[in-house]
Amino acid sequence: MGLLSDPNRRKALTSLLTRLNTPICVVCYLAGIAWFMGLAFEPFTLRTYMSENAMGSTMVEERFPAGERALATAREFAAHKRKVGGMPVEWLVKTMQARGLEVFTQSFTRTLPFPDENKERYMVRGTNIYGILRAPRAPRTEALVLSAPCSPDNSNNQAVGLLLGLAQYFRSQIYWAKDIIFLVNEHDLIGMQAWLEGYHHTNITGMDYTPLQGRAGSIQAALSLELSSDVITSLDLVLEGLNGQLPNLDLANLFHAFCQKIGVLCTIQGKLQRGDWDTAEGYTHAVQTMMLMVLKQASGRPWGDHGLFLRYHIEAASVRGINSFRQYKTDATTIGRLLEGMFRKLNNLLERLHQSYFFYLMPSLTHFVSIGYYMPAFGLLATILLLRALDLWVQLGTPAQVTEDGAGEVEPVSINNQGVLSVLTPVVISHLTGVALYTLPVLSQETAVEHFPVSETEAVVLTAIAIYTAGLALPHNTHRFISGEGTEQGWRVLKLVALLYLAVLLGCTALINFSLGFILAITLVPAAACVTPHMPKALTALAMVLLSPGCTLLYCVFIFQELQEAPVTLPEGWMLFLSVISQGILDHSLYGSLVYPLLALLIYPCWLLLWNILFWK
Amino acid sequence: MAAVGVFALAALVLSCKCDSVEKPSDATGAGTGSEAERSGPAAASAGSEAPGGGAGAAVSLPDSCEEELLIRPLHSGDIYASFQFRTLWDTDFLHQGKKVSHYRLFPKSLGQVLSKFSVRELHISFTQGYWRTMQWGQPIVPSPPGAELWVWFHNTVADVDGNWKELTNVLSGIFCASLNFIDSTNTVQPSASFKPLGLGNATDHRFLRYATLPREIVCTENLTPWKKLLPCGSKAGLAVLMKSEKLFHSSFHSQAVHIRPVCKDWQCSSTAWELRQTLNVVFDLYTSGQGKKEWSLFKMFSRTLTEACPLASSSKVYVDVTDNPEGELFDLSPATSVLNTAVVLGDRRTYSVYDLTQKETFGQLRSLNLVLRWKGESGDMLRPLLHAERYVAGFGLQTGEIHTLIYNNHPYRAFPVLLLDSVPWYLRLYIHTLTVTSKTRENKPSYIHYQPSKDRLRPHLLEMLVQLPPHSVTEVTVQFERALLKWTEYTPDPNHGFYVGSSVISALVPSVVAMDTNNTQERPLFSSFFPTKEESSYFVRVYTEPLLVNLPTPDFSMPYNVICLTCTVVAVGYGSFYNLLTRTFQVEEPSQPLAKRLANVIRRIRGVPLL
Repeated sequence: MGLLSDPNRRKALTSLLTRLNTPICVVCYLAGIAWFMGLAFEPFTLRTYMSENAMGSTMVEERFPAGERALATAREFAAHKRKVGGMPVEWLVKTMQARGLEVFTQSFTRTLPFPDENKERYMVRGTNIYGILRAPRAPRTEALVLSAPCSPDNSNNQAVGLLLGLAQYFRSQIYWAKDIIFLVNEHDLIGMQAWLEGYHHTNITGMDYTPLQGRAGSIQAALSLELSSDVITSLDLVLEGLNGQLPNLDLANLFHAFCQKIGVLCTIQGKLQRGDWDTAEGYTHAVQTMMLMVLKQASGRPWGDHGLFLRYHIEAASVRGINSFRQYKTDATTIGRLLEGMFRKLNNLLERLHQSYFFYLMPSLTHFVSIGYYMPAFGLLATILLLRALDLWVQLGTPAQVTEDGAGEVEPVSINNQGVLSVLTPVVISHLTGVALYTLPVLSQETAVEHFPVSETEAVVLTAIAIYTAGLALPHNTHRFISGEGTEQGWRVLKLVALLYLAVLLGCTALINFSLGFILAITLVPAAACVTPHMPKALTALAMVLLSPGCTLLYCVFIFQELQEAPVTLPEGWMLFLSVISQGILDHSLYGSLVYPLLALLIYPCWLLLWNILFWK
Repeated sequence: MAAVGVFALAALVLSCKCDSVEKPSDATGAGTGSEAERSGPAAASAGSEAPGGGAGAAVSLPDSCEEELLIRPLHSGDIYASFQFRTLWDTDFLHQGKKVSHYRLFPKSLGQVLSKFSVRELHISFTQGYWRTMQWGQPIVPSPPGAELWVWFHNTVADVDGNWKELTNVLSGIFCASLNFIDSTNTVQPSASFKPLGLGNATDHRFLRYATLPREIVCTENLTPWKKLLPCGSKAGLAVLMKSEKLFHSSFHSQAVHIRPVCKDWQCSSTAWELRQTLNVVFDLYTSGQGKKEWSLFKMFSRTLTEACPLASSSKVYVDVTDNPEGELFDLSPATSVLNTAVVLGDRRTYSVYDLTQKETFGQLRSLNLVLRWKGESGDMLRPLLHAERYVAGFGLQTGEIHTLIYNNHPYRAFPVLLLDSVPWYLRLYIHTLTVTSKTRENKPSYIHYQPSKDRLRPHLLEMLVQLPPHSVTEVTVQFERALLKWTEYTPDPNHGFYVGSSVISALVPSVVAMDTNNTQERPLFSSFFPTKEESSYFVRVYTEPLLVNLPTPDFSMPYNVICLTCTVVAVGYGSFYNLLTRTFQVEEPSQPLAKRLANVIRRIRGVPLL
């Protein structure tokens, strides 16, 4: 490796990199975007395949016969639900016991930090009911979970009916090697969170729950079922979980394999697969599917009840029945057979699902993009940050090399001293703003409600936006109090720090949640790469605001609606944006989603540093 | 003599037939050989000593055997069947110098093991499934899931560990099980929980070894050697019911062998060796009976009884009819007038008794097929006074917490229990986090025996004496850290997880009815397993479920990637850094013109300073 140790060639390399810095950066950015868009192109992706031997070669027969009876149970359940006005606890306990299960209940209460206007809940009180089917001659060490949420409105009754029907059918079979837990959870995710915390005897979100009475060892896999009509046209698979975690790809493969076998239309992101990958429409379709997955994953919220299992290293997915009034209809018996087949294969597992990928994107159910293929797209964007940092480093180093005489030795020290202060102050102040953005909205909601005519939820969201905007005005004056005048050296050091900080932040984020890292990189990297104090202030400021994390969120809302084929007008989009913010804060406090603290405490302060550079005088 | 010979011949034929159903591989060789070996001396002694033959002859002989089957309809609708076979023999295996070589009823393979390894008491059980105490009540003979082995050695044994190692390997061969996986990493020496069940007052627990293999799968291959230890094999008597395809079509299956010294007779003037073989099965009527609650011997075992084992001095079937005093709950046919009352596990139970040695029992058809038809719903079961459960709390692969919950359901009596926990070394227990709480208050154990683990050598052993307040739940928690194993120490299926054996809870539970302490009178075998010393309490052992714990597991499919990555990092990163660090940089002198160099040479010769 003479390249680095030879000073001449090193100099040549750095000068090449500094001279061609801007073109290389532009090329990297475009290449990153192009790479990402190319991921959806079918010839570039891999076909899915079953990696787990225990699920692959062993064929199972599906014989579930009682779909009609399950629907009758669902109607009975609906009647009892109406009568009680909520979860019909007694009826469910009795019904499960009659099916030969060991039945237990768990009640929980949770007060939200502020009212959830989407779901109209604030003080949540509910009961989870679960029945354990004990596998014969098994020592209670392993379990599978089938869950169905009991929602307050009239939806999802069929899921509960089918769950009870499957319980009855499963009870009379002898081949079970793992206990099966049938769970009906109230208040969807909150109930699920309470149950999982109870099962694992942890308390991470301040939930109030009664301890569980019955357990069945370590849970190997879980499926959550959502059905709202007697007849469905297709089944949708939901994979995205908390903090962008995904279940093992084999679970998706299993679902797809059984849909193929039984002949059920299956979708992912609500999109059917198309055969024509070589046409423009086919490609656009794949891009849309993949973009939806990226946006959902980036949001960091659980997109179904399965999402909370992933924290406990339990592979889980939601299966959602969709009735879109197509010709092709599927009845409850078929769905029951599909679930039976999936459970029998999961029952055959000797180890936890671990053979296949945990990091992937799916442009369709048959194709996937693994981490090795999508990471270069992010890598190209991150390279820009490093190249700009290198450029700055060289620029900062050049004058120091010039002053070789003894006279110059005193000056760099003083510059250095001043430099540390002038860098440290904006860093500290912008992080304090971040802390304010993280804590104040929830803390100050009562004060806000007193003084302004808004509801609690609006108060929280508007406070957050206000602090976010106030942050723009605050910190860019700070260095003047320290040094009076910002030096050329000063902003370069600050920018170097900001660039490296951003590179580390985005790198770590992308490792955990690629989608979030990539989306943030798309907007933040150009801003970070270009900003200097010597640009036209007004124009650059506008560009900077448009590229800020808050605006990225706004674009994402619009793009998501567009991709879901439910476009919204500007005011609607704005309202949606506000509710997304409140949901983000709620997800953080209810389930421990990390997107809100990440944005408020780290990404936003980092962007403020860049903002600071723009107004450096 | 001729009759016995015919029997032996018939047994040979039968054994071929039976074994070929269960296990085709050893149907001819081992099966028939051992059978002939056993029936040979039996025929000889029966011929010479007791020409009359039959049951009366056993009295005068030094050994005798009994068999019985207990059937109990459980409140959950399941059927609990418990077989007990007992062989008594007053010989001295441990006597030095004198070799016991003449075997009749006692299996030779076990007798040789006893004398070779100086075993004083041996208890081994193989269990598939978990006993559901809350649905089924207390079992007659408790056992943990998997295999359990505990042995008291005679106190003359010098090298206990060596004997133990060899013994486990021999038993592994006898029972066709993986007992050879018992080594020092899963063997403990409990100080209080496992007292000898037989005669003798051994207290020095250096001669005790206890080990469990929670992962052991029990199947027909373990049942066949177990059946071969029976005096009649599976050819006659109750053992004909043991068809493996039925026994393993159940909710719970447990087979055990217990060997201990007991009193020879009621005066206890001399001791005898007792070999007790037990087999416990719970049949699930829901899955096999299409929801109908009705059972018969034929339905459960796909056989009926036609005769007693000719070698047995007593052969009885007991059916628990306690819940059905007036016959309003179920119908039992054929009806019997013989009733027996026994106090079992603190409860006075009534049994219908069918004596297979009596001709009348089999009736006209020459076969006994017990049929029980349920008429009404059974009421709620009395909650068992003591039960326990255990689970792992927490998530992630770094730390965790073991919770053990012990329930005392007695309404007003507190009683102490002994808790034994043996945890493998790769869960590093933080013993300072040990807490025992009952009714939200700290409950200080009056006795704690803790032996820390040594990595790769021995497990943790934790024994505690805890007083359970009446009507309470006592929670014992201890935190642990998951160790990183060396890559060769992982099992072939590391992502399945690692097992932690059951906790053992031993207790003297206060009894509602007076226990029968009079050991002299004739009692059913199942009520005499644990010796009762006082009237007010009875001994219960409860096992919790084993735990399945995931350890941090490397991705074993990735060694190639890891090698590539490591090599690249070493080559590029380390190489260039090493280069940079070791190379010295010098400012290169521009080369001097030739004239100057010449001048310098001349100057050096002259001794003046260089230019």
